[in-house]
Amino acid sequence: MKPFLPVYACAAYLFLYLPLLALGAFSFNNSKIAVWQGFSLAWYNGVFHNSALLEGTLHSLVIAVVATVAATSIGTLAAYALWKKRVAWLTGSLYLSLLSPEIVTGVSLLVFFQWMFHFLRLQLGLHTVILAHISFCLAYVVIVILARLRTFDRSLEEAALDLGANEWQAFRYVTAPLLLPGIVAAALLCFTVSFDDYVITSLVAGVNSETLPMIIYAMARKGVSPEVNALSVMITVGLGTLVLISGRLERQR
Amino acid sequence: MQTVLELRALSKHFPTHRAVDGVSFAIGRGEFFSLVGPSGCGKTTTLRLIAGFEEPTSGQLLLDGHSVEGLPAYRRDVSTVFQNYALFPHLTVAQNVAFGLARRAQNGKPAIAGKIAKALELVHLSGKEARLPNQISGGERQRVALARSLVLEPKVLLLDEPLSALDAKLRKEMRQELKNLQRTIGIAFLFVTHDQEEALSLSDRVAIMHRGLLEQVGTPQAVYRTPKTRFVAEFLGDVNWLEGAGVRPEAVRISRTAPVSAERATAAVVEGQTFLGNCVHLSAKLENGSACVVEMAQQECDFQPGERIYLWWQKADEFRVPNEAAA
Amino acid sequence: MKLRTVFLAPGSIVMLGLFFLPLLIVLAYSFLSRGAYGGVTLPWTAESYSRIFDPLYLAILWRSVWIAAVSTALCLVLAFPLALYIARAGARKTLLLNLVMLPFWTSFLIRTYAWMFLLRDTGLVNTLLQSLHVISAPMPLLFNTGAVILGLVYGYLPFMVLPLYATLEKLDPALLDAAADLGASPAVAIWRVVVPISRPGMIAGCLLVFIPCLGAYLTPDLMGGGKTVMIGNLVQNQFTTARDWPFGAAISLLLMAMVLLVMRALGDKGEELL
Repeated sequence: MKPFLPVYACAAYLFLYLPLLALGAFSFNNSKIAVWQGFSLAWYNGVFHNSALLEGTLHSLVIAVVATVAATSIGTLAAYALWKKRVAWLTGSLYLSLLSPEIVTGVSLLVFFQWMFHFLRLQLGLHTVILAHISFCLAYVVIVILARLRTFDRSLEEAALDLGANEWQAFRYVTAPLLLPGIVAAALLCFTVSFDDYVITSLVAGVNSETLPMIIYAMARKGVSPEVNALSVMITVGLGTLVLISGRLERQR
Repeated sequence: MQTVLELRALSKHFPTHRAVDGVSFAIGRGEFFSLVGPSGCGKTTTLRLIAGFEEPTSGQLLLDGHSVEGLPAYRRDVSTVFQNYALFPHLTVAQNVAFGLARRAQNGKPAIAGKIAKALELVHLSGKEARLPNQISGGERQRVALARSLVLEPKVLLLDEPLSALDAKLRKEMRQELKNLQRTIGIAFLFVTHDQEEALSLSDRVAIMHRGLLEQVGTPQAVYRTPKTRFVAEFLGDVNWLEGAGVRPEAVRISRTAPVSAERATAAVVEGQTFLGNCVHLSAKLENGSACVVEMAQQECDFQPGERIYLWWQKADEFRVPNEAAA
Repeated sequence: MKLRTVFLAPGSIVMLGLFFLPLLIVLAYSFLSRGAYGGVTLPWTAESYSRIFDPLYLAILWRSVWIAAVSTALCLVLAFPLALYIARAGARKTLLLNLVMLPFWTSFLIRTYAWMFLLRDTGLVNTLLQSLHVISAPMPLLFNTGAVILGLVYGYLPFMVLPLYATLEKLDPALLDAAADLGASPAVAIWRVVVPISRPGMIAGCLLVFIPCLGAYLTPDLMGGGKTVMIGNLVQNQFTTARDWPFGAAISLLLMAMVLLVMRALGDKGEELL
């Protein structure tokens, strides 16, 4: 019993990290095949010279930033309102949105946009992707902020009101500043979720708005591409850093 | 005394119970008024109704003669010192104290600067302006809460059990400080507590609440010496119920011989005594079976169990309450 | 107007307009007919729903359910000892837990791709085994149902660890001491004391793993090479190659209904944990 758990845990962590570590190791490989042939930064170089990849990254960043700003603001306000008074249908729908399979969310948004395009003369593009991302990121933001608010001392807002602050001022000068670490944590989480999305994005993106995950997917389907390895490492390290910062902020008191 | 705050049949009903049931009283300008009662009696709810954190089910609330029960908390000229002080953790002491003034400036009401230093001086906290709430002691935090409310010069200061979080020694010190503070600034204080000793020692007048109802209002001496209900009598101290009247243990005298000029007297047998440090409680049993406790100094008590003695007291020390089932 | 009503407005608009309304339109589309170049036309018909009962599609439904079930069961078995270890790790608890969650929050696509890198015919595993002369020709490790299950288990394991950890962390160690005191060996103590107490965590974890597995799209597509068709792939197919929107809509709603059913069946435990 005693030695089993730690050994098992080691094996489990290995299982979790091995594929990524292997990918990372071979991204520095001086060869296309899975045999080590020396250290090389060629693939990283290749990524920076691949215009399609760079354009895809740009699209993903723009989408993630806009969707994050929107979803974080809307979500924070909504979470605050829900904390003050429960609204069953909204909480329920956010919960459902979180658990819905991405394919259903993606399909429903595609269908919705195409239906809307009967009335507006628009096409699928970055704007539809951004709207889609705001929709599915909202639940993540609300959950993070609500969790923060649950530990919040309600008498602080009462004290603010007592001292002459109206409801907005109480929020602006007392609750919001104290909520800031949580808001940033939610934003970082939102960014990560948005940047990585493939399923929903691929359905509502249209022709000229390829995102990075869409490009990686296409490359992964085709076969071995060491540039994808290098790219993967960079994305993993980048997103991983954001997640670590987000976790740090969430725990801050 | 001019009335600054008046409650008229104020009620707050919840689906399960009546927290506040038709409470009426008035507080005068500059008065130290306590609202006392056991936990659950409705005193905190009453405070919250006055502050504006709860809406009354019925009744009126008048501040300086004007009806305020429809006004939100931030429009009422009262200020609250919370039980846990509710200091804003992200603001310094000075910023906390300045909070109300800053909001007034924003909301177009005249705000006089420079009052912050004066407020801190009043509560003996000068020099700690730049500290954060988590960098000062519990007692200091309470003083910041006081300064924060007083700097706004409210018509009434509401204090929600402000001393209950402090240890016994600090409590006694703070009691005196609060009393002095109130006398100095002359603002009416509404002091909510469950500790009857605190209420009696600090207040100009006391209101006792029980199960949402106001039992009695009066000066500490009046409510202690002439309680109007059984609950008030027993809440404020020990009572001996003898022959339909109530007598406090410290009002009962004891002697071995029959008293000559006593208004009330009865024979009894000593049962025992309990040493309480600053006094002794001697228990005796009357001929009709009732028990009586007599409070006396240690030096006076040389009575043995089984001794036949006489108990006597003045009629003025007696009080009668309506016949009701024991609380 | 109260502040909270104003604050609620944007979020409500987003949920109504970008979540409920789209689902309503899907519902409507599922009762229409297939358009010539994709999209939908009149007349209204329930034909899409009756087509679901075709044995081909029923097989896909069934396959999705049992792949999701097997993946969930494997996740449960694999996650439990890990969660137990972390819950007992004292000061390092948070760090160890974060190490489990970290891969999950990076990129699902990349993590799936990483397995492809390992398992494909020219991948690391095959190359290694061949160079060690363990095998002479590459083994088909990818593009089959087993690979899909592996991908799903790998992808959603952290989702099982988290709720299990949350329940196990609250476990009073005195209970295990009491069990030992009464003569139970560690293994028996775990089976008879720890496992029953951690039921809420297990239920929440199964909820959080089964549902995404049921609606999986990327994993069967990449790890299964398109050969293992699950509901998600079927739906996606209708909206791209097959251009049968009404049928795709009907299957999406069926998937949604299955998700709701599972949520109902497993109770409110997941919501509490959220």
